[in-house]
Order: sequence, then C-alpha cells, then structure tokens
Amino acid sequence: MNEPSLEPKPRRIWLRLLPLAVAMIIGVFLFVGLSLRPKEIPSVLIGKAVPEFDLPALPDRPKGLKTADLKGQVSLVNVFASWCVSCRAEHPLFMKLKAQGDVPVHGLNYKDEGPAAMAWLTRYGDPYDRVGHDLKGRVGIDWGVYGVPETFLINAEGRIVCKHIGPIMERDLEEKLLPAIKTLRQGGVAQC
Amino acid sequence: MLMVVLRRLVLAICLMGLAAPAWSIAVDTPLDDPVLEARAHAIHKQLRCLVCQNQSIEDSNATLARDLRMLVRERITAGDSDDAAIRFIVVRYGDWVLLRPPVKSGTVLLWFGPALLLILAIIWLVISYRRRRPPLVASTAPLSADEQARLKALLGDGGPT
Amino acid sequence: MTAELGHYALVLALSVALVQATLPLLGAWRGDPGWIGLARPAALVQCLLIVAAFAALMYAYVTSDFSVLNVATNSHSAKPMLYKIAGVWGNHEGSLLLWLLILALFGAAVAVFGGNLPAPFRARVLAVQAMIGVGFLAFVLFTSNPFVRLLPAPLDGRGLNPLLQDPGLAFHPPFLYLGYVGFSMAFSFAVAALIEGRVDAAWARWVRPWTLAAWCFLTLGIAMGAWWAYYELGWGGWWFWDPVENASFMPWLAGTALLHSTIVVEKRDSLKNWTVLLAIVTFSLSLLGTFLVRSGVLTSVHAFATDPTRGVFILAFLIAVIGGSLTLYAVRAPAMKGGGLFAPVSREGGLVLNNLLLSTACATVLLGTLYPLFLDALTGEKITVGPPYFNATFGPLMVPALIAMAVGPMLRWKRGDLLGAVQRLKFAVIATVLALLATLVAAHDGPWLAIPGIALGVWMIAASVEEAAYRLRLFRVPVGESARRLMRSPRSAWGTTFAHAGAGMVIIGIVASSAWQVEKLQVMRQGESLAMGPYEIKFQGAEPIDGPNYSAVRGVFRVSRNGAEIAVLEPESRNYQDPPMETTEAAIRTGWGGDLYAVIGDPTGDGSWSTRFYNKPMIHWIWIGCLMMVFGGLVSLSDRRHRVGAPARRDVPVKAAKTAASMAGK
Repeated sequence: MNEPSLEPKPRRIWLRLLPLAVAMIIGVFLFVGLSLRPKEIPSVLIGKAVPEFDLPALPDRPKGLKTADLKGQVSLVNVFASWCVSCRAEHPLFMKLKAQGDVPVHGLNYKDEGPAAMAWLTRYGDPYDRVGHDLKGRVGIDWGVYGVPETFLINAEGRIVCKHIGPIMERDLEEKLLPAIKTLRQGGVAQC
Repeated sequence: MLMVVLRRLVLAICLMGLAAPAWSIAVDTPLDDPVLEARAHAIHKQLRCLVCQNQSIEDSNATLARDLRMLVRERITAGDSDDAAIRFIVVRYGDWVLLRPPVKSGTVLLWFGPALLLILAIIWLVISYRRRRPPLVASTAPLSADEQARLKALLGDGGPT
Repeated sequence: MTAELGHYALVLALSVALVQATLPLLGAWRGDPGWIGLARPAALVQCLLIVAAFAALMYAYVTSDFSVLNVATNSHSAKPMLYKIAGVWGNHEGSLLLWLLILALFGAAVAVFGGNLPAPFRARVLAVQAMIGVGFLAFVLFTSNPFVRLLPAPLDGRGLNPLLQDPGLAFHPPFLYLGYVGFSMAFSFAVAALIEGRVDAAWARWVRPWTLAAWCFLTLGIAMGAWWAYYELGWGGWWFWDPVENASFMPWLAGTALLHSTIVVEKRDSLKNWTVLLAIVTFSLSLLGTFLVRSGVLTSVHAFATDPTRGVFILAFLIAVIGGSLTLYAVRAPAMKGGGLFAPVSREGGLVLNNLLLSTACATVLLGTLYPLFLDALTGEKITVGPPYFNATFGPLMVPALIAMAVGPMLRWKRGDLLGAVQRLKFAVIATVLALLATLVAAHDGPWLAIPGIALGVWMIAASVEEAAYRLRLFRVPVGESARRLMRSPRSAWGTTFAHAGAGMVIIGIVASSAWQVEKLQVMRQGESLAMGPYEIKFQGAEPIDGPNYSAVRGVFRVSRNGAEIAVLEPESRNYQDPPMETTEAAIRTGWGGDLYAVIGDPTGDGSWSTRFYNKPMIHWIWIGCLMMVFGGLVSLSDRRHRVGAPARRDVPVKAAKTAASMAGK
C-alpha cells in the first residue's frame, strides 16, 4: 500500500476554512453586540391597554391614580420613589414639562413611604398631576416595572405607547417623547 | 477574575439595590402548606430576577425578586396552576423572565443546535474514517481459522493447545 | 514615583515584546542563529519588566497610595492587608496586569525550561507568545493604564467590593488566570508548529505538560469560584450557568478535550490536525471569555467597561489573534495529515469519542451563552438562556462521555475489544448495579433521575479503581509482583485513575446535593425551634458585632440531633461602609454526610428574623472530587517522560518508515 493514497485530497478547502468562517461570524455578532443594550428589557405591554388598577393618593395630596384617569388624553406616567437616586436627575425635566403645561405627567410612587414621598416632592418640586401611591409595589409589577425610574407614554385610548427605562435625559425628551406626543395628538400612530 | 468581575457588579446591584427601596417591606414568608411551598420554590427557580443578571428569583436578594417570590406564593395559594402562575409573571415582564427559553421560531436553532452539531460531527467522523479505512480493511481483516493455524505454525507458537 | 516606574517598565516591556515577536521569527525563517538566540533573553527581560510593573502596583496598594487612581477607586486604608494585596487584581486594570504577568511568566518558563526544544522552534514559540503579549501590553497602556495618577490624592480610597473581601476569592483569580493564560502555551506551540508545518509525537510531548498545568490551574480556579459562590452568596448555589461562569467553563471543556487528543498525537501520531485546531480554539475561548466579561456585551452592567473603546480594542485583538491563527491553520493543515490508523473500538477510538462529545458540549455552552446576543442582533428579541437549557442539553451530551470514560483506559491501542474491556470491569459493573439497587431502595420517592445519576458516579469511580487494579494485576499475581508494578507503572496512568475517579465523585456530589437537598425558610423568633430532617435547630438570638471594616448582626443557632447538641451555627449579615453594601455570611457545618447551611436574613421589625437553612447531602464530594482531578493532573504532570523527556525529534523518514511498518505489520 502506498502512503499518498491515505492523504485526503486538498479539495476540501471549505472544511479547513470552516473554523475561520465560524470565528469571523461570531466576531461580527460580537461587534454588533457592543452597541446593543441587553440590560434593557423591552416591555411586553406596548400597544396594550394600561393594567386595571386603582391607587390611593399620597397623604395630604389630592388625586390618586387609576386606570380610568389615563383615558381621554395623551399623558406620561412616571414611576418614581424618594429612595431612587437617579429620579432626582430627571426630575427637573418633569418640572419643566409641568411649567409648559403641554402634557399631563402622572406619578406612580413605587414602594415608598407616604411621608418620605411627600417630603421628597416638597423638596424637589411636584410636577405631577395625579400620583398613585403603590406602597407594596404590586401595581408596579402589573406595569412590568423592574427598575426605577421608568416612564410610560400613554395615548388617548389609554394604551401604552412606549416605555423609557432609566432617567430621562433632555435628549430623550426632545428626540423621542415630545415628537411622539405630537404625532399622537395629531391622531397618528407613534412609536419610540 | 472573569467570574469575579461580573459577579461583583451583578451583586453590587442586587445587594445594594441600584433601584430598590432602602427599607424592605416584605420578608420572605414561607407558606404553611409544605406542598404549596415546594411548588412555589420550583416556580421561583424558573423565573429570572429582573434586577440582577442571570439569577433566578430563588437565588436573589433583590427586593423585586422577593416581591415576585411572594407574588408567586399568592398566586398558587389562590389556586393557580404552576403554568398559570408563570404566565402571570410572563404577561407582565415577557418571555425574558423565563430561564428556560420557550421553543419558538427564534429559538429553534438554540434548542436543536446541539443535536444538529452532534449529528454533523458524527457524519464527518464517519466520512473521514471511511476515507482512511480501505487500506486498513485490506490489511486487518480478521484471519480465518486456517490462516491463524498457519501463522501459529510459522511463528512456532503452539498457543494454548 | 513607583507608579511612574511601573508605567515606564510596561512601556519598556512593550518594546521588548515587539522585538521578541518579530526578530526570532525572522531568524528562524532565515536560519540566523543570532536572531534566533534573541528569543530567550528577550522573554526573560520582558518578564522582569512586567514583574517590576506588577510589583510597583502592588506597592501602591500595600502602602495605600491614593494618589494612584486605581488604588483610590479600589482600596481603602482600613482594609486587612490580605485584601489590599488581593485588591491589586480585584479590578479591571489590575487584573489585566495580572494576566500580563502570568503570560510573561509562562514565556520565561519556556525560555528557562525549554532546553529540550530545538532552538528555531523555541524561538517561534516565544515569538508567538510575545505577539499575544504585545496585544495585551498595548491594551493596558492605551486603554487601561493602572498607573494613572489622581491629584490631589483623596484622603481615603473607595474600598474594595466586600464580596471580594474573602480569602476564597482572593486567590480565585490568580488560579483562573494561570489556567486561561496557560492555554496560551498550547496556542503558541500550535502556531509555531503550523509555521514550521510539522506536528509529531515530540510536539505533543512538549505541549502536553503545559496544557496539563494550565488545566490543573483552571480546574482549581473554577472550583474555588464555585466554592466561593456556595458559601458567600448565601443561597447554597454554586453554579448558575451565567455567561461569566460559562466563559471559564468553555476553555476548560476544550482544554480537557485537548489534553486527551494530545495523547493520541503522542502515542499514535494521529489526530494531529484536529489537536492543533483544538489548541487554537482552547486559547481563543479564553480570550473570548476576557472579551465577554470586559465588554459588557452579555450582561451590560457597564460599570466595568464604561469606556467603549476597550470593547472594540479587545475585539480587534481577538479577531487578529484568532483570525490570524485560523487562517494559518487553513493554509497549513493539509501538511499535517496522516498518522497511525486505528479501529473505531480502540483506545484512540475512545479518545475520539471523548473529543467528539466534549467539543459538542463546549459548542453547546457557547451557543447557549451567545444565543441571546445572536437573537437580539438579528431580531431585537430578548430572551434568557438559563440553567434549565444547559441542564437539558449539556447534561445528555456528557452522560455518554462519562460512561465511556470508564471503559476507555481498558481498551488497547489500534484495535480494542469492547466486550473484553467490560468483562475486565466486572467488579465495577457489579458495584454499579448494587449502587443502583441501593439508591432505588433508599430513595424510591426521590427524583428518579438521581438513581442512575448516583450509579453513573459509582461506575466511574469503581471502574477507575478496577482499571488500576488490573494494571497492577492485583490478586492475580503475587503481592510483590503487584508492588513492583505499582512502582513501575507510568504516573500518567495514575493521573488518569485519580482524575477519572475525581470526576465520578463530582457527579455523585452534584446528583446527591441537588436531588436530596432539604431547605427550610422560616421567620423565627428568639427561642423558637424548627426541625429539619434529623436535626433540630434552635434560634438563640441575634447580636450586633463589629468587624474591622463592617458592622454585622450574628445569629446564634444551636443544632442538635437526637437531643444532643452537635453544632452552633453563627451566620452573619454584614454591613460594609466602604463601599456601602450588605453581604450574607452563611454558617456551614460540614459533616461526613454533607453540609448544614444556615443564613440569617432581615429582621421583620417585630423581633423575629427571616432565616434559611439547607441540608445538602454529599456536597463536599464536589470539592473533594475537583481536588482529586487536580491531583490526578499533577501526578500525570510528574510523569517520567515529562521530566526526563527531552524527546529528540525523530527524523521524518524514520517516522514514515515506522508508520508504514506499523501498518504493514497488520
């Protein structure tokens, strides 16, 4: 028997290139992955009606928040708490929105003690129209809240249009939320 | 360090509570019925904690994980089946919370990939073995009894006889 | 001043590494002994410089020099000395420096101990090693310099994460890194062999000890990490299949496969092509792990790599290293075909099966780890791939490998006799059947999968023991003869015995501790008792205590069995100030049967506390099994042929003639 017959033919070049190809494909995905944000879990409630809930008001503050309050006009619902540090960062923006009086901002006070929340609102300003006090965080779970702050955009039919996770920055407001609100007002279908 | 580095961050968030109240409301209160409690644990192990990465709510100190644990207990006490209790969470947080990803169009490759890989590897192995085999077959075919006898005779080895 | 010296040493190391990466390679190509001879001194100088840089950083930590930004962000003057030292690698920059240090140490080891390597080959190995060094040095210097000053210096540092302030974890990273970086040796040897276009038995004999050493370190590193998670996280879990763990497990799986395939190359001159590929893949997976952890692509907890250029840098480096080596492989692989033939049922066949299953298992872990990323990138859909997935896919792949693992060492080279091998394992078969029946009787109401699981572990241990007894011809020849065989049988065979039996112990530990775990969650008042299995646990109360840099609450639980007190468990719930964080310190009582694990949680506010208890039967078998695997690796490493080795490279004609002869001989 002669040795050369044992040598596979060089025709199978694709097989030798296979490891390289696999590695490069993974490399491309990793590169794309660098710009993805795996920590942000998209809400499954987008396009759905807001959950059924009825929350009491904060102590010494009128107007609690319930499902029916979110029907009839475009609004924002901001999930906040006095123990949440990054809520302070976005707070001035909501104060500005309130001053403009363009869109009502409702608050969902998440797992917070009433007096602490009230002290916080007194200190940093109260931009909210209605505030629901979700002491046990159960309504938060119904809304799919997992990190505070979170902000929901609700259309006039009371459906959730979009959800912003984390503090809202000036840019998010200008480029995402305000244009979407405008479109919704004009009866269009908005996404963000 | 690999393990450490991420753990460190993950835990920093879970334990410090990047977004958790400074005071806790619900302490984990087990159910009185051990059967229900065991079911609750089994469900907890299937749900991913949202605040920390890659831990089940069973294994997390995060407040939200604790709330969800209590919620699961409530649901099954109220008579929900295991599936219904899981559905209850999935409706609110999406498939993302399922530690076992459901089999659907997007996960076909995930679930059947390993088997496919194994089959391809076996096929490749068989082909490359076959390619090398012919000369081996010729040279290592078992000897017939007659041949063996002659071989023994030639080697002068009487064998066990 | 020391920080500047450290920085300067790194810059010098980079220039030395650049020389080491190029000139010896050119020298080997042109046959210039002068340039070839550069490799050794360059490797030693590079190593010295990096040792100096590392020492400079360590000095800054030990003396709490908070004018160094890295020290200020990761250390604190009130920290115990051990954790000041461990703090050096407790952060991104410092851990990269540790990575570099180990890389340079391995390079220097080849320069010092590589006397048996042909000079041109050694020059090539060291050049490839230096190329990796150049990449990492550039990474440290340009994106992650640990010597950056912070002026004015703060009065005190921000402190090390309390979870890392633990003896188990202080030494976990160095071992893990010794493992990862150790595989760079296999990589460098593989690439050097590809450049030369020659892989033979001598090559395998040179690569094997380095791979074996790396494997031992990695096994130990992973085991320490798992053990730490077990006692520190407070939930009794030790493996979560999270991407970070998978990142260390994938190189382990590939490295284990590599360890076995080099045997075939060494003994039978076969599987060469595949072994070289495996060597490249193993180190590539180590690099991938580094990328996954530091870039945040999988668990985007950005705190560790806030600088996106870091991710891009490692990825570019990754693609250069992996792409380059695999291209070289595609070009050169055909030159390394051939070798000894073997029947499917043979020692080689068994090792091929091992490689087939381990690589598929490794690919499965890779698929599961990266799949969320794939799906997110393609469709934007976000899913989780958690433990249930890995248990459902990885498990079934490993079971045949574990069953076969017991039989493999009983098979002969070239052509084995499966039935004969199993017959020679008759006592192991009997032991397995007995274990099966015993578990069936003792745990008929338990999870049914646990029964074959325990039997599998018993099978692995019993077969390893019986294989050793067979090797010694125990009870079949006079005791003196067996003793003589004991002295003479190769240590690598003993390594196999220990490592395989250790794996069996790990399996039993995993199965028993998960199948028959008992857990109790209870809100307890002072003086209250609860019963768990045979134990009665009484809560004596909780007391505040003060540690060096934390304050804590310690619960006191008296554990008794049949009325007699057997242990006092004192779990703590600690509050660290710098940085502020709560940690749980579980109290664990290890007995012969397993661990009793106690955790004290939060107070309810009305005088009671939430508590958790676990009874984890046989969990210590996991740790002992891991240690036994490492011990097996070390025994194998001390094998005569690695020590006396110096295998002269056989000439090609001789090899060809021998191969032909071995085939004609059939």
